[in-house]
Amino acid sequence: MKILVCISHVPDTTSKINFTEGDTKFDTTGVQFVINPNDEFGLTRAMWFKEKQGASVDVVNVGGAETEPTLRKALAIGADGAIRVNAEATDGFFVAKQLAAVAKNGSYDLVIAGRESIDYNGGMVPGMLAELIDANFVNNCISLEIDGTAVKATREIDGGKETSNTSLPLVIGGQKGLVEETDLRIPNMRGIMMARKKPLTVVDATDAEKETAAVKFEKPAPKGAVKLVDADNIDELINLLHNEAKVI
Amino acid sequence: MSVLVYTESDQGKLKKAAFEVASYAKEVANQLGTTVTAVSINAEDTAELGKYGVDKVLNVSADNLKDFNAKAYASVVQQAAQNEDAKVVIVSSSADSKTLAPGLAVGLQAGYASNVVAAPTSTSPFTVKRTAFTNKAFNFTEINSDVKIVGVSNNAFGLVENTGAAAAESFSPNLDDSLFGVKVENVDKVTGKVTIADADVVVSAGRGLKGPENWGMVEELADVLGAATACSKPVSDLGWRPHGEHVGQTGKPVASNLYIAIGISGAIQHLAGINASKVKVVINTDAEAPFFKAADYGVVGDAFEVVPQLIEKLKEFKANNA
Repeated sequence: MKILVCISHVPDTTSKINFTEGDTKFDTTGVQFVINPNDEFGLTRAMWFKEKQGASVDVVNVGGAETEPTLRKALAIGADGAIRVNAEATDGFFVAKQLAAVAKNGSYDLVIAGRESIDYNGGMVPGMLAELIDANFVNNCISLEIDGTAVKATREIDGGKETSNTSLPLVIGGQKGLVEETDLRIPNMRGIMMARKKPLTVVDATDAEKETAAVKFEKPAPKGAVKLVDADNIDELINLLHNEAKVI
Repeated sequence: MSVLVYTESDQGKLKKAAFEVASYAKEVANQLGTTVTAVSINAEDTAELGKYGVDKVLNVSADNLKDFNAKAYASVVQQAAQNEDAKVVIVSSSADSKTLAPGLAVGLQAGYASNVVAAPTSTSPFTVKRTAFTNKAFNFTEINSDVKIVGVSNNAFGLVENTGAAAAESFSPNLDDSLFGVKVENVDKVTGKVTIADADVVVSAGRGLKGPENWGMVEELADVLGAATACSKPVSDLGWRPHGEHVGQTGKPVASNLYIAIGISGAIQHLAGINASKVKVVINTDAEAPFFKAADYGVVGDAFEVVPQLIEKLKEFKANNA
């Protein structure tokens, strides 16, 4: 089985979010970049398939040269090879078309992407990719078992979960649950040394329109101070929620 | 040229989100000077959509659409959009709508903006305000394709009453067998309980509760308020509560009207996930907990004393205001 894991290069979850150039660009000053958490759950599940079922695992990212350390980290965790599509990832549809070209070219059986990136939160790339390469699609995937080409997958739905049968080729939008937090791997020295020798191929972008553009950013208005209510005066809390906030 | 809106149902009943996206579609239609057409799948009664400005409803009734199927549902909405020559398609932010919208975008060659929180700020270029960086910021996104898809965040635009005929028509799209490559085997869903996605009120608890055996009062409080229950990441990692209840940056986002956090300190990732909620209440023993900086109302106190009191007082309140 050939697996392709799509990796987004995103600010660490603890990052302070600021903008620059008249609020048109994300300010990367002092920001630590990581593998998108939803993608990391998927990558870790892919490692399981590699070790237990003899799969090969490539990782891919659409981005500039600055994203290469993130791909190297994925190689250090255990991916066999990496591909970087040399283009700025600003529109989900554009990114999906780039990934579709890579997926078709490499004849992958399974493509694992995160359900969304934690920066732009578009949540569209996995579903678009499945449609573009005519593969089956399971979103919000929290469990994935594969036997030959038969697949059993569970997705999180509003208020519960749903288990389906499907087959390869398949694209999933993965998230926590595919593996647990404690299963995530920190690259060891040997992994890091080996990652240096693994192939990282840079390919040119295919021609595609950008259908959307993020033109401006805005930070939420600063919050007013909290109103404290005495623990012995819960009536006051109910009064505030009813008469002031009007939520009960 | 109508604006098309996909109005979701659950077990034959339209969801609250359906009325919210209908309200949004009406606003867009007003801006563009056109009408609103809804498409609904296996909904028993769609007349109420008229109250939110829907002029026409395409009702699809099909046995093979009993279970959600991303590709088949996307194909239904696509064919409805083509039938109406719609240039703008509105969907919700439910798990199912977020799953079908990307395939729909490919089918219609449309740009898609998700998590949209307000009416378009401009129709030319078509510009919407959406959340980004997991609620730590907003961005204004232009959709430049001929057909545009807008995914509206829950509880962001709200319900806006209007007038419309909601004239029902039956609609029979062509559904090729090849769309059904994923077959649902089993749905494990709590019934009779409000979900985090649909909830007006969410009651959430963290490690301050000390153990899973203490969740009785959280559930009771949620019951009194008609709320959904949720939890912090450590609580789900410890296995005290199911993963589906984890809210935060890598869990579920919450956009309720009222969010009550009990014994949650307020890590930056948690606060990001719940930031879209309108009113936040925190109950925590530690007055220095970061959550107090993000909350509207706070009680410094022991959850084991405060929550039972709150339940009692709310019961009295409900009885007096019924």
